[in-house]
Amino acid sequence: MKKIEAIIRKTKFEDVKEALLAADIEWFSYYDVRGQGKMRQARIYRGVMYNTSCIERVLLNIVVRDKNVEKTVAAVQKAAYTGEIGDGRIFVIPVENAVRIRTGEQGDVALYNAEQEK
Amino acid sequence: MTALLTILNTGNTAWLTMSAVLVMLMTVPGLALFYGGLVRSKNILSIIMQCFSVTAVISILWVAFGYSWVFGTGFQGTAIGSVIGGFDKAFLQGVGVHSILSPSGVPEITFCMFQCMFAVITPGLIIGAFAERLKFSSYLVFTILWSILVYNPMAHFVWGGGWLQQLGALDFAGGTVVHINAGISALVMAVLLGRRSDYKPGRPIAATNVTYVFLGAVLLWLGWFGFNAGSGLTADGLDANAFLVTHLCTCVAAITWMLIDWLCSGKPTTVGACTGAIAGLVAITPAAGSTGVLGAMMIGFITACCCYWMVAYVKPKLGYDDALDAFGVHGVGGILGSILTGVFATVTVTGAAKGALYGDWHQLGVQCVATLFSILYSGVITFILFKLIDKTMGMRVDKRVEEEGLDVYEHGETAYN
Repeated sequence: MKKIEAIIRKTKFEDVKEALLAADIEWFSYYDVRGQGKMRQARIYRGVMYNTSCIERVLLNIVVRDKNVEKTVAAVQKAAYTGEIGDGRIFVIPVENAVRIRTGEQGDVALYNAEQEK
Repeated sequence: MTALLTILNTGNTAWLTMSAVLVMLMTVPGLALFYGGLVRSKNILSIIMQCFSVTAVISILWVAFGYSWVFGTGFQGTAIGSVIGGFDKAFLQGVGVHSILSPSGVPEITFCMFQCMFAVITPGLIIGAFAERLKFSSYLVFTILWSILVYNPMAHFVWGGGWLQQLGALDFAGGTVVHINAGISALVMAVLLGRRSDYKPGRPIAATNVTYVFLGAVLLWLGWFGFNAGSGLTADGLDANAFLVTHLCTCVAAITWMLIDWLCSGKPTTVGACTGAIAGLVAITPAAGSTGVLGAMMIGFITACCCYWMVAYVKPKLGYDDALDAFGVHGVGGILGSILTGVFATVTVTGAAKGALYGDWHQLGVQCVATLFSILYSGVITFILFKLIDKTMGMRVDKRVEEEGLDVYEHGETAYN
């Protein structure tokens, strides 16, 4: 299983969420993050100008079975794309184990509902 | 003009002064919070700045020549007097410390201040339509031109002795002048400006801060008592009636909206209840001086139903992005209120005019004429203004600005640090 970490534009979040749901990926968490990047934003405080380079983004953490990695990455990339600099990044990180707290199941089976699939 | 000694009525003056303050409270911070809570936190300062600046800028314009345009008497009796009052009161010339109006017995300055706050809030209402995507500079230019070319003439037509007033149109506190004006302009702006880049019809963008929406709505409600109950200019039974019907209509509208929300979407929402209350307030505005208890409650009920339908079903279907429902609530509410004034007007309140419910269809006809005219007038002029400003200055912000937020790019600040 892999963890897919996607950093996307805040305004693209709804589109990405819909794309993931359409690809049957229903379980993920997300945070509002600020990032350092190439784009700068100008700020004025009481007449003094200064530069900050914090950009608001959304970070999604999606843990999926190996067989779903490709379609998840494709769904996120397609939905989050705008063509402008600042679209974001997707990282794929290996995950050692997953445990479902309610039942104690471990491994791949903790990531999906075995009865609901097939 | 010889001074006919009018006795100063301190009771009326005190109440009118308070009403002026209440109406200003409606714009800042009422409207600012109400709209501010509905937009994303990256744009809340743009709403606040727009409300704040409209207060400061329009007040100056009003004293300079707005008041004279609407309520001046220079062109009285001539053909042009139906359109412009006159420039005799520009910069409040001739309106001194001792000018008292009759029969209300209030100083003319107080009346001018009261009306100033109306001139301020009317363009402020349109903010809801173009929220989150209009340049601040274009906003200022648009608002100034709109106030001069749309608000001043309409206010004169209906309140300053212009042709609609001569026709007998009833508009106690501004159903046509304020709400239809602003509401229709909002629709035109929303359509011409285009949707926000991440707006999909039917996929609502949730309010960022519902607490602010509530605060704003309540401040609007309280301020509206000045708006409606002050419009009679006297602290008497007529204003007391306006106070009563304003409150009743709003309560009925809020409850109705809450119930429809409960039935149609499963839960009674805060934003829904607040919006319902605002719809009721809008609708009772033209009718506050002519309806009684029954009329007020009926108007509240009907308006809540229609505005809900407009906002929840028609808007997503038609696909235009009236971001904060300026047309859906103020436009539709104003149209309904203005027409229903002609239905529910009762002799017990007005002393003369009565509505269709009581057998007089003439008043209803006049109200329809006034309503239709307001729609056409504000729609056409706003269209022309938009095209003019868009061609010269550009109305909409850059894609990147819209995405990262107007606060940082247009105002160099963030609301939360």
